[in-house]
Order: sequence, then C-alpha cells, then structure tokens
Amino acid sequence: MSLWLVLAVNSVTLGGLLFLLSAGFSLIFGLMKIPNLTHGSFFMLGAYLAATLIGWGLDFWTAAVVAGLLVAAFGGAIERLILRRLAGAELAQVLVTLGLSFMVADVCLKVWTGDPIRIDTPRALAGVASFGGLAFPAYRLAISVIAVGFAVALWALLDRTRLGAMIRAGVDDPAMARVAGIRVSRLFTIVFCLGAWLAGFAGVIGGPILSVYPGLDQEMLPLALVVVILGGSGSLLGSLLGSFVVGFLYNFGQALFPELAYVVLFLPMLIVLVVRPQGLFGRPAV
Amino acid sequence: MKRLALGAALAILAAVPLWIDGTYYVNIASQILFYSIFALGINVLVGYAGLVTLGHAGLFGVAAYTAARILGGGHGHLAAVLGALALTLLAAALFAGLALRGTGIGFVMITLAIGQIVWGVAYRWISITNGDNGISVSARPSPFGLSLASPAHFYWATYAVFLVAIASMAIFVASPFGASVRGTRDQARRMNALGYQVWLIRFLAFLFSGFWSGVAGLLYLYYNQFVSPQAVALTASAEALLMVISGGTATLLGPVVGAALVVTMKNVASAYIERWNFVLGAIFVAIVVFMPEGLVPGAVRWWRRATAGGR
Amino acid sequence: MSLTLSRRSFLAGSAALAAIRSTRAQAQSKPVRIGLLTVKTGPLAAGGIQMEQGTIRFFKDRNYTLAGRKVDLVVADTGGNPAGTKTKTQELVERENVDMIFGPLAAFELLAITDYAAQAKMPILSLAAAEDMTQRRPNPYFIRASATSSQNMHPLAEYAAKELKFKRVITLADDFAFGHEQMAGFQRVFEDAGGRVVKKLWPPLSTPDYTPYLAQISGADAVVQGFAGSNPLKFMKQYRDQGLKLPVLGGGTACDDALLKSYGDEAVGMVSCSAYTGDLDTPSNKRLIDGMVRDYGNIPGLYSAGLYINGQVAEAALEKTGGKTDDREAFNLALRAVSLTDTPRGPFSFDHFGNVVGNFYIRRCERKGDRLVNTTIKTYTKVSQFWTYDEKWFLSQPVYSRDYPPLKG
Repeated sequence: MSLWLVLAVNSVTLGGLLFLLSAGFSLIFGLMKIPNLTHGSFFMLGAYLAATLIGWGLDFWTAAVVAGLLVAAFGGAIERLILRRLAGAELAQVLVTLGLSFMVADVCLKVWTGDPIRIDTPRALAGVASFGGLAFPAYRLAISVIAVGFAVALWALLDRTRLGAMIRAGVDDPAMARVAGIRVSRLFTIVFCLGAWLAGFAGVIGGPILSVYPGLDQEMLPLALVVVILGGSGSLLGSLLGSFVVGFLYNFGQALFPELAYVVLFLPMLIVLVVRPQGLFGRPAV
Repeated sequence: MKRLALGAALAILAAVPLWIDGTYYVNIASQILFYSIFALGINVLVGYAGLVTLGHAGLFGVAAYTAARILGGGHGHLAAVLGALALTLLAAALFAGLALRGTGIGFVMITLAIGQIVWGVAYRWISITNGDNGISVSARPSPFGLSLASPAHFYWATYAVFLVAIASMAIFVASPFGASVRGTRDQARRMNALGYQVWLIRFLAFLFSGFWSGVAGLLYLYYNQFVSPQAVALTASAEALLMVISGGTATLLGPVVGAALVVTMKNVASAYIERWNFVLGAIFVAIVVFMPEGLVPGAVRWWRRATAGGR
Repeated sequence: MSLTLSRRSFLAGSAALAAIRSTRAQAQSKPVRIGLLTVKTGPLAAGGIQMEQGTIRFFKDRNYTLAGRKVDLVVADTGGNPAGTKTKTQELVERENVDMIFGPLAAFELLAITDYAAQAKMPILSLAAAEDMTQRRPNPYFIRASATSSQNMHPLAEYAAKELKFKRVITLADDFAFGHEQMAGFQRVFEDAGGRVVKKLWPPLSTPDYTPYLAQISGADAVVQGFAGSNPLKFMKQYRDQGLKLPVLGGGTACDDALLKSYGDEAVGMVSCSAYTGDLDTPSNKRLIDGMVRDYGNIPGLYSAGLYINGQVAEAALEKTGGKTDDREAFNLALRAVSLTDTPRGPFSFDHFGNVVGNFYIRRCERKGDRLVNTTIKTYTKVSQFWTYDEKWFLSQPVYSRDYPPLKG
C-alpha cells in the first residue's frame, strides 16, 4: 500500500518537473512549428549557469530566474540570426538545432569540465513532508505547485491577454496578422525567448534532483519529446496532462515491470501514436 | 561532361587502396562508403518520400545482430547475410506498418519510439544480444575465395556494394516508382485522387530504404567484427539523419558527401582538433546558414554562380 | 583548470636529460610511443578526462623519459562508443605505430577491440573492468592493474557480513554489465558468509528519477550501490531526499575520491571499497595527489590514479627489457611480470591472466571541516580476482551476470 502511495505522489511530482521541462518545447513547437532540438541543451545550460551563479552567492530562486534569462537571451539570438530565415524548412531547422546542441554541449564540457555538479536544494524546502508515516521530499511537492502555477500563467498569457491573442493570430495567419499591424517577427522572437527561458529555468529547478553533468541534455530531450507528443503537440493543456501521464507511466512502469524499464515510456508512446497519431489530447490532423 | 566527371570520381574511388597511404585511411574510406549506403537508404524516405525517420538505426542493428547471432550459431556467412537481410525486410515491413499510421511529426515520433524500443531490447535481452557486452564476430567472409580480412580487400568489397547501392538509387530515382514516391511527398492528396495507392507507395519505399540500411548494418558488422547496443542508439539514427540533411536531401550524392563529412570529422579530424564536436556542430550551423539545401546542392549553386557571372 | 591537449606528440623534457647519452639511449634513440584511448566527449567524459590527467601527471613526473628512452604520448578520443574505439585503436596501431596502449575506459569499448589488438600483439593496459577479459576469454596481451568489476566487491561483502554484521541487503546498480558483475560478486561472498541479498534492483543507465526503485527499499539492513559516472551523485541525493536512513555500502565508483568534491552531506557515512584511496601513505601517492591538485585543482580518483599506475607498470617493464619494445612478446612478458610496492594503490603484482593481485581498501566517507574525505578503515591485502575461491572452481562457474548468482527464494 505504501509503495503505491509513494509512487502515486511521485508521479505527480515528476509530472510537474516534466511539464516545466517540456512547456518550452511545446510552446515553440506548437506555436512556431519549430522542432527545437536545442531544447535539452537549454535545460542543461540553465542548470550549469545557475550552479555558477549560486557559487557566486546568488540564492537559488534568483539564480533560476537569471539563468533562465541568460538562456533566453541566447535563444533569442539563435532565433533572430538563424531560425528566422528557416521558416517552414523543417529539415534545416533539425540540422541547425542539432548542430547548436553539439556546440553548446562541447562549450559546457570545456567550461564546467566533465565532473557532475550538485545544486543544493533551497534550504526552506530541504526537508521531508510526512503524511501517514510516509515521507515525501518537500522540494518535489513544491515543484508540482510551481508547475501548475506556470501552466495556469501560460494559459492565461495565451488565452486571456492581448499579447497572447496577437501571438495566436501570428501563428494562425502571419500574413493577415501583419496586415493588421502585428509585428509577427518580433512576437516569434518573444515566444522563442519565452520557451528558452522556461527550459533554462526548468534545468535549474531540476538541478537539486538531477544535478548537472555532461549528457543531461541528451537524456532530457527525448523525455520532453515524449511528453509533448503523447500529450498532443500544440496544446499546453495537452503537455500538462501528458506530463502527468508520463509521470505515472514512468513510476508505475519501472516499479511494476522492471523487465520493461528501457521501453517503459516508448512502448506506450508507440501504442498511443499508432492508435491515435495526434496524441492523447491533441486534435486530429485535418 | 557530367558523365565524365562521375566516371573519373568512381575510378578514383575504386583505386583508393592503391593511392592512399596507410591502411588506416583505407579503413576510413570503407567506413565512409558503408555509412553512405546507410545514408542513401535513409534519403529514400527523408528526401524522396518526405518522411523524416529517427529510428533507422534499428533496422541497421537488426541486420547486424541477426548476422552476428547466425554466425555465432556456427552457420556460414551466406546464411548470415541472407538471414539478416530477410529479417531486416520483415522488420522494415513491421516498422512501416506502424510508422505510416502517422504523418509528419507523428511519423517521426513513431520511428523514434521504434528505434528506442529496439535499443531497449538490444540492451536488455541479454540472452539474445549479450547486452552491452556486445557480440564479436571472429572472421570476415571470403566471397569467391577472396578473404576480406585485409583492409584493401574489404574496401573493394564495400565499394562493389556501394556501386550497386548507388546504381539502384539512380534507377529508383529515374523510375516511375521513384516519381510516384516524390509525388506522395509533394502532393499526397492529389496522388490519392488520381488513384495512386499512397500508403502502398510509402510502404514499398520504406522497405527499399530498410533493405539498404540492413546492408549497411551488415557491412558495419563485418568491418568492426563487433556489434553492441550503441549501434542502435538514438545518436546513431540522429547522426545518419544529419548526414543526409547536411549533404543535401533528394540528391544522389548528398548523403555520400554528408557521410564523408561526419565520418571524417569523427575519426580523422578528432585526432587533430580536440574540440571536434564543437567544430562539427559549427559546420552544421554554417551549412544551414550558407547552404540550407545541403552541401551538394549548395556547392552546385555556388559553382554555377561562380562560372556564370563575369566576376 | 584543466590542461588542454592537442594531438601533438609529447617529446621528452629537459635539455639536461637530452644531453646525456647512455649506451642504452644510443641503442634506443627512437622514442617509445604510447597510445592513450580515452573518452573526452559525451557522458563518459568525466572519467576519460581524469584518465588523461593521470597519464600526463605521470609522464611529467618522469620528464617524459622511461628507462632512458623518450616518450611520445598520443591521445585518442574514442567518443565513448565501440566503433569509434575500434577506429582509434586502428589509428594507434597502424598509423601511429604505438608500442603499447593505455585505456580504453569502458568495458564495451575494450570488448570491441580485444580481438583486433590481440591479433596485432598490442599490449593493452586498461581500467576496463570486464570480468572475462582475464577469466574465461583472456587476451594474452591485456593487463589490468585496477580491478575486475567484482574484485573490490568481494572484500566489501566480507566486511559487511563479518564486521558490520549485516544480514540482509538490497543492491542497486546501473543495468549494464559493470553493474551486474559488481553485484553478483557482492552477492556470492555475502551469501557464503551467511547473509542474504533480498532484492536486486537495476535502474537503466540513464535514469533521471530513482524514486520507483527507492520506494522498493524495505526489509533490509543496508543498501549496496554500484553506480558509475555521475549517477552515484544523483542516486545518493535522491536517497537522502526520500528520507531513507539505511546505511549505504558502495563499490569503487560509488564514492570515488574524485567525486567527493561534487558530493554533499548525503555521502557521509557511506562505506565503500576501492582499489585506490587518497589517504594511502606512499611517496608516489603523495606525488600524484600534490601534482593533480596543483595542475587540475582536484584530488585524484580511480581513473587518474589508475593511469598513473599504468605508467609505473610500463616503466617497470621497460626497465626489465632494457628499454626495448621491438620484441613484443618479451615486452608483454615483462609487463606481466611487474611487481611494485611504491604505487598510489600500494603493492601489487599480476596473476597469470594479467589481472592485478593487490590491496583493496574499505573506506568510510566523513566530513572534515568543509571537505569530504574517504578514511580507510580496513585494508585487505593480496586480493585476487577470485577472492578466496579456488581458481578452477571459479572459472567453471558461469561468468557473473544479471541473473547469476540467482536470487535465493
């Protein structure tokens, strides 16, 4: 009984982290149709930068925001200088984002060396919350709260603000949007920066759990892809729900079917996609 | 003129072991050739059918592992090769059946999932694949009595297979089937309306692509005399995809040039450039910025521009 | 601050030494060429970079001269994959004409090149822990001065059963050969000493969240972990975060000295067994540690010490052959006959399979001020890869694997 409870709670908390990880990717892919394969690198870069900032004396949360901003700036530069010219050229986007991920990974290796770096859990959340004789790491519970908060905020941004409306207009029909006076290119840069910020921020948030080390980018990218595709690309709500689904699959799958540990995510993803190619919560392709 | 250039290039390639100094570079050339075959196979889908695949290393690996197992069971090389190719075609059919359920990003993700599952099986099903310890192959075949153990002989055998692969690609591209494949890429709905069986065309293209990926896998196995799960990892599929895109999709030579680029950077440049990973990434970015259609079409474009204007 | 190396040959040091011309030097004026197969990119880079640092450290100590001959060091980056390792090995053997190879890092890299290297009669001095390399499928040119996967787990199990008096343990290790072999070795000795391994858990090599496994830890006195690379860090952090309090025993990579700077309080109390320990008081160890701290700002661990030791082995063999390396067989025999006392890991020699017989150290991780240290609490001497078992019997059993020895009940 206690095993199931621990797994259930962890599914939610892991789902929270996965949402933060994949929200940025979902935003960029859903709105700009760009498969940003540098996403894992943004995640890792944010974590590395925060580790250094914290070493210089910044507190955890400030470092998370600032690291996110640095990654966002980097992302913005990429979007303006390179991705902007590649609208619609999917393969070129794949090539350039993968090429950039090689470059980022190598720079990180040079700057921070190959040793893993720990990021301490913020002291206020370093403890354990006990319910019914079971212990749940307080920090992980906090992540779920943060994740839901961001989900709500992003939804509000896109659905309830003028900026969000302009972004959605720019996505649905860029030409008409321009005619209506919307600066579509600038909006796209904003969206990409936001996505990059989310990735970098998520990397820091994940730091106390994962630490940061070479190869983190390649471990996280497939997870983000699974969440976004399983949940239904193009939908933030889909990503949120997809995150929790993946969280459950991961926890219960690994515990109940250890033989399938290596395929515990991809096998369900395959089954879902074969049966419902648009993902669990996506709209069917027209 | 183009024919002459092509003929000269092929002749030079054929003579590589004769004019290249050192078995090491002959071996690199062999690798470039069989990775080219892998990339050519992938290009059938990516370039001509417009279907991006991130799981073809799975088929590459099915061939390699099957042959390794058959050889390990004490059977001969002919049985290994035939068995491997047969099983690869079967696997390709299965993968195609699953992957073609999706289009666009759905297709990519299904191939990714399949590739990851093959990798997971290779890692975990130790009784069959020996897990990450891999399977060693004790000897290379001796077709028609000519042992492939020496680098030069292996190169020539690989070159012969490469010629067949390129020829089959050329025939494919020029054939009505090739045209219909390109049709499904450009105007799937119209093709459907015209009565073409779009699904069947894509399916057959997948089989054709899978077959050559399997051939490449066999050459890989015989070259290294070893196979392990890393051969079917996501990075292997991604690297092959990068070869195709960087060289230029929907061209015959693009995948070959892309394979040469990646193999050379990984194996030769890495000896001279410590941060070769960074440089490789930078080259990809530069290709996208200056020649987004790929190295081969981009080079052709630059050549035309250079010889056209009177600058 | 790490030294960057480009792939130039590294020729010997001082002008003074170069001016000396012994008869030996005249006969062997060609430098001895040593190839280093290591991983400098990708997830394995941490260990690979340390291997290079340890190698450079040794040659700097000797001014790039062994037995009167200059040393040319060629560093090759395998990228951490078997095919790349094969290519780099071919480069070292065919293009660089090296006399011996240090490395590679990982077992799967070694397995990809062992047949080729044996055919080329190329001596390999590696840290790769694959058991059968020196057991059921030995390569006659391969020597290993570090340990097999299980060599340090045997004494750990003995210590756990006899001195810590644990009766039931749960093991967790990465789900690949190195993890399997470690835990199998622990299980055999632990159960022969009266203990019982209650559960064996195998998280995949790349596991972001260990909670599904941590949640299954119950009904035991202690946990044995054998993670490698950066996984021990992740695991121990999550272990403590979950509030788990059972004592943790570790393999060599679980609490490696080089990892201590990355660890936090979660590592305190971990008892591990390793071939190398920083507090071993030998002159060579002091030189190694001082040099590493000065050059790279970090204390050495298994990887750098292991390569430093390989350098010592090569040097000893060269001195035995009078600096000659053209007779591969003789050089190989000299390598296998090496027996040293003053090394960073203490005294050792090789068994007839080329595997080390030497000391293994049980250490406990403690906090000293603002640093973590591993304090040696017991030393097992003359430990072979077969522990106290009869060699013939050991080899007649199946090789250690995921399911062998099988779990009881």
